[in-house]
Amino acid sequence: MTVISPPAAGGRPPAATRRDRRGLAGWGFIAPFMTVFALVFLAPIAYSVWLSLYRTRLIGGTTFVGLDNYRQALHDDQFWAALGRVSLFLCVQVPVMLGIALLVALALDSGRLYGKDFFRIAIFLPYAVPAVVATLMWGFLYGTRFGLVGDIDDALGVTLPDPLSPHLVLASIGNIVTWEFVGYNMLIFYSALRVVPHSLYEAAEIDGAGQLRVITAIKLPAIRGALVIATIFSVIGSFQLFNEPSILQPLARNAITTDYTPNYYTYSLSFSGQQHNYSATVAIVMGLITMVIAYVVQTRGMRKGA
Amino acid sequence: MATPVTTVPDRPATTAPGAPGAVPRLRAGRRRHTPGGPRRSVLLTLLTGLILLYSLLPLVWLVISATKSQSGLAHSFGLWFDGHFALWDNIGQTFTYHDGVFVRWLLNTLLYVVLGAGGATLLAVLGGYALAKFSFPGKRAVFAVVIGAVAVPGTALAVPTFLMFSNMGLTNTPWAVIIPSLISPFGLYLMWVFASEAIPTELMEAARIDGAGEARTFFTVALPLLAPGIVTVLLFSMVATWNNYFLPLIMIKDPDWYPLTLGLNSWNAQAETAGGQPVFHLVVTGSLITILPLIAAFLLLQKYWQSGLAAGSVKE
Repeated sequence: MTVISPPAAGGRPPAATRRDRRGLAGWGFIAPFMTVFALVFLAPIAYSVWLSLYRTRLIGGTTFVGLDNYRQALHDDQFWAALGRVSLFLCVQVPVMLGIALLVALALDSGRLYGKDFFRIAIFLPYAVPAVVATLMWGFLYGTRFGLVGDIDDALGVTLPDPLSPHLVLASIGNIVTWEFVGYNMLIFYSALRVVPHSLYEAAEIDGAGQLRVITAIKLPAIRGALVIATIFSVIGSFQLFNEPSILQPLARNAITTDYTPNYYTYSLSFSGQQHNYSATVAIVMGLITMVIAYVVQTRGMRKGA
Repeated sequence: MATPVTTVPDRPATTAPGAPGAVPRLRAGRRRHTPGGPRRSVLLTLLTGLILLYSLLPLVWLVISATKSQSGLAHSFGLWFDGHFALWDNIGQTFTYHDGVFVRWLLNTLLYVVLGAGGATLLAVLGGYALAKFSFPGKRAVFAVVIGAVAVPGTALAVPTFLMFSNMGLTNTPWAVIIPSLISPFGLYLMWVFASEAIPTELMEAARIDGAGEARTFFTVALPLLAPGIVTVLLFSMVATWNNYFLPLIMIKDPDWYPLTLGLNSWNAQAETAGGQPVFHLVVTGSLITILPLIAAFLLLQKYWQSGLAAGSVKE
């Protein structure tokens, strides 16, 4: 791989035409992505906004209603209850998951583990398991009659609390999500830790910094970008919660309703209730809330201590 | 932080700098980051082992349960084998039940993965290369729109996308699953960062001076250098497509076009319907068969995707 440095000038077309041709080539490379992107991102967003301004009734057909759907959403108890539920979920599950992921990443990075490579790959594996399979699997494990919880009850003669009961089911869903994504986040953090310059550690040791100090003063600030990105993705993921509750629903009919999360609610509105316009409105409101929170996380996360 | 195995102090640097012995400690510090350097800690290994146990236990349960018959599933302890080893029988039944519909679902999933994840990778590689190596009018706008799109919850788009595709007559066809899978903003971002690092601009200039067109420069110069990044994006798009549930759930009504995820859930739900026959042993065995290809791909390609990810985090 020999690198030939370009000659100073001579024999090349004038800079302007060259730049134009390059510009065209740049667009040529990105055009396929942008075309499909317009079809599956931009067009649905625009269509969604249009839908949210109309209402379809059995009698009278489709009429323009302005912001009426949004007004309805503001006073929709089902929607706010669902939003409250995922907010609670977010406040508990995300810190637990990211905290565990960070601890494991730091442990791997410290180089003090026996069998480091095995740990890394094995803890990551659940990420390769589809949410459907993960939820079916945990659904079996949670079972108090024939599942693992039931087995333990029988074997030890105890009665463990039912993970699928109304007051525990949110935590049980949180456990499934944590199980699925601890390894993924661990890997993101670990990859970021690998590229911290080693000279920083050496400098810290000369200054007499201990392990804990190295972590708080060097490692964490160095991977702040990765921490912020992981937090944003987790926030978006929590607000989109759908697969786990909807698959667990048949096992926990009393505990999980079809408006359990905002996303489940929009799905039910649209596909069971045929309320496409209102469903689009709720989806837009949810999208806006998600973007605002993601934005706040990003600006605060990047600013803190910087 | 951890119990040292050897008698060497755990934290070599806690004494004042410049004290006698600073030099060996410094050397020990350097060794920390070379292969096999730092002292291993049993306690830290055990603590991390708890997380390992948490990650692997459900998978162990799945493997053990796949060896049990329907009645064995209900009547034996979850984390140990039943007397009757029914794994081969279960695999046979999974593939033949309902005229082999599982095979059909497997082929559908492969179709969605090859076209969806393959296409997503191709678009991300081309786009990432363009963003990293060309300056063109509108580049900032592309950046802003794509980054903004990452924050839009994918499921907020699902209902309007369904209605649009329904008007276009695409729902209930494979295209309804494949086309939305073609866009991976994360893949584009990763390729972009990776291409900026991996392709020296001088090399592209050299190729151009030698008379290569843009397409030729891309294929002969850029593409080989992008290999680890491409493997990473391909693998993560594969996971996203293989594991996709929400999109096909909305788009596909005909069980003949189900991917594995929807099919397995329909088998699981079968027990709930009136007159439905419970086939939990097939759900469990089918689940195991579903996750094996991805786990194999991750294990076989780990050298490539891990270096791809590490490069992706350089710029954060």
